[in-house]
Amino acid sequence: MHVQPKIVVIGGSWGGVKASLQLLEDLPANYSLPVVLVLHRLRNQEGQLQELFDLKLRLKAVEIEDKDILQSGYLYLAPPNYHVLLENDQSFALDDSELENYSRPAIDVTFKSAADVYGDQVIGIVLSGASEDGSSGLNYIFGKGGTVIVQEPREAEIETMPLAAIKATPGCRVMRLTEIKAFLQSLHVN
Amino acid sequence: MKLSSDVLFEQDVEVLIKEIKEQYGYDFSGYARASVYRRIKRFMGQKNLQTLDELREPLFSDSFFFENFLQEVTVNVTEMFRDPSFFLSLRQNVLPILSTYPYIKIWDAGCSTGEELFSLAILLHEEGLLNRTKIYATDINQKVLKQAREGIFPAKNIPASTKAYYAAGGKREFSSYYTSNYGSVKFNSELVQNVVFYPHNLATDSSFNEFHLILCRNVLIYFSRNLQERVLTLFDESLVSLGYLGLGKKETLVMSGISANYNPVDKVNRIYRKLN
Repeated sequence: MHVQPKIVVIGGSWGGVKASLQLLEDLPANYSLPVVLVLHRLRNQEGQLQELFDLKLRLKAVEIEDKDILQSGYLYLAPPNYHVLLENDQSFALDDSELENYSRPAIDVTFKSAADVYGDQVIGIVLSGASEDGSSGLNYIFGKGGTVIVQEPREAEIETMPLAAIKATPGCRVMRLTEIKAFLQSLHVN
Repeated sequence: MKLSSDVLFEQDVEVLIKEIKEQYGYDFSGYARASVYRRIKRFMGQKNLQTLDELREPLFSDSFFFENFLQEVTVNVTEMFRDPSFFLSLRQNVLPILSTYPYIKIWDAGCSTGEELFSLAILLHEEGLLNRTKIYATDINQKVLKQAREGIFPAKNIPASTKAYYAAGGKREFSSYYTSNYGSVKFNSELVQNVVFYPHNLATDSSFNEFHLILCRNVLIYFSRNLQERVLTLFDESLVSLGYLGLGKKETLVMSGISANYNPVDKVNRIYRKLN
């Protein structure tokens, strides 16, 4: 890697909870990069996701509040019914505007915002899902020089989202979860 | 690293914000930038404009174009009984206390197209309080205020609104509140007969009355910390002792200077009560 990444942004939908749990389970509690996870969820439903992730992972899992400051060692979950944006001062900004790709939170919104702030220092990952959300955002990250990774479609619970992402960005890296996991671990600086 | 083209774009937006303030008097300097950038890019995409210079020309020569821009840049997306648990909590925890006042004054700040306002009015009606309540519904945007006054919403939203209404403790047939007509529904205008609509800019205008309850949900998320603090102080000055403040689900008083004088009534739903 010629640039030191500053943030990992992950998007998933159907099958995305399981895949992201598997992906993140071994990351150390002091993992050097903040991780932001956007999963499609049912609107107006109180998610138990934060508790689940906090229980299963060593990272501290929190549901994003407006103006929270990004810190390493944290997994930031997009809250239901809000888009998640990033500010130049490393804080989050929430947004309740129109659905994108029938979703709020939309993966594209967070991917694009992260690329606007961090340029080539973003790692974007698309996991399993029955939607095409994430593909244009991943391409946007790619266009700004960031690292773009897509879960191997044959391994994904639903291949629609990985396939759409690969189609939009043929130059992406297609990897199995175990490989993405090893890659993320390799970025950890003690 | 952030791309230099993005740095330039953001610098140009700062200039644009100044120019808008000079020409039209709308001050976006306290708005959360991530959202402003996104909304401007989105608007430019809709109008097929490639650069901020291309946007600048019609923006400053055509006030209708500016109205349209204003409408798009300030987010006006809302729904009836958004977060039903908030409205249920209002019904169970706040309205019974408000009912002890002979006359109730409520400020719906940033009422947008009126979905929240009508939800609130239905709640007050069902709790027998609507007749002795005056609601001040304000927004920065004249156009959405007009829509709010009319109470006409797309019919396609009705299934979701109906579901949310019952989840918020609704007691009637939801359809008894509106009449349907060609893809839209019009809500009973008696619901808003005690509502005063007028333009108010949270970024620049001051307190104008005292209220027992202020609702301002998912408005502060579009503001910077500094502007949030200004607005919260404005609310503090506009609330009676023991008055209530309802924010959006991911908005909080915790970081604010006024928080010491407030108790959370419902932590999850972000309903706070002023102490004195």
